[in-house]
Amino acid sequence: MEIHNFTPWSALIGGMLIGLSTVLLFAVNGRLAGISSIVRGVVAPQRPGDLDWRILFLTGLVFGAFLYRLLNGMNSSITLEASLLTVGIGGILTGVGTAVGNGCTSGHGICGLARKSTRSLMATITFMVIGGITVFFLRHVIGA
Amino acid sequence: MKRSVLVAFSGLLFGFGLCVSQMVNPEKVLGFLDLFGSWDPSLAFVMIGGLGVTAFGLARISTWQKPLLAADFSLPPRSGIDAPLIAGAAIFGAGWGLVGFCPGPAIASLAYGLEKSWVFLGAMFVGMMAVRLIPGTRSL
Repeated sequence: MEIHNFTPWSALIGGMLIGLSTVLLFAVNGRLAGISSIVRGVVAPQRPGDLDWRILFLTGLVFGAFLYRLLNGMNSSITLEASLLTVGIGGILTGVGTAVGNGCTSGHGICGLARKSTRSLMATITFMVIGGITVFFLRHVIGA
Repeated sequence: MKRSVLVAFSGLLFGFGLCVSQMVNPEKVLGFLDLFGSWDPSLAFVMIGGLGVTAFGLARISTWQKPLLAADFSLPPRSGIDAPLIAGAAIFGAGWGLVGFCPGPAIASLAYGLEKSWVFLGAMFVGMMAVRLIPGTRSL
C-alpha cells in the first residue's frame, strides 16, 4: 500500500463544516441531516408541511458547492470516470440500498455514529467494506 | 422566514464542506476505498471532523426541551440490527464503490455541471421509488 493525494487538513476542515451544518439543522429545525432520508421525503412525501425544509436544505447544498467554485475562480473540478451505464446502475443501487438500509454516509456515518448507534455502526462498516471490495474488483481484478 | 433562511444556510454549509473536503469528487472517494492501490486516507479525516463536531453539538442540544424554531425534535427510533439494515448498507456500498458518489456529494456535484450527476440522481430516485412501490422490498 502506498499513500497518495493525502489532504488531511482540508478533509478535516471540510468534515467540521459538515458537522456544523448538521448541528445547526438539528438546533434550528430538530431534524438530522441524513441526506438520503431528506431526499426520500422529497421523492415520497410522508405528511403535509414536511416538504419545504427538505427542498430548502437541498437547494442550499447545491448553492454551497457553487459558492465554493465561485470563490475558487471556477477552477476546481471533479472527476467521474465511470461510464454512463455504470453511473445509472450505481444510482439505482444507491437509491435502493439507502431506502432499505435507512441511511447513507451522512445519516449512518455521521449522525448515527455521533449518537453512538450500534445500528449505524454496523451499517457504516458494511457499506465501507462492500465499497472497498467493489473498488478492489473494478480496479485490481477486472481492470488489472 | 428565519427558520427557512437558517435551514437553507445549513444546507449551504454542508455543500461547501463537501467541496472543501473534496468528498464531492468521486475520484477522491474511490482513492479512499482503494486500499490496495495508491491509498488516499483523506476521507477518514472528513469522518473524524464531521463526527467530532456532530457528537459534541448533538450532546449539548439533547438537553433542550425543543429546537429553536420548530415544534419538536425528530430522531430515528433506536431499533435493533436487522437484515434490511445490513442488506441495504451492502447494496448502497456496491453503488458507492461503482461510481464514487453517495447521495450528498451527488447532489452537490450539480454545481459542477456534469451530465452524469443528473443520471445518477435520476437513477437514485428510481431506486427509492421502487423500494416504496414494490411490496416487500422494504424488508429485503
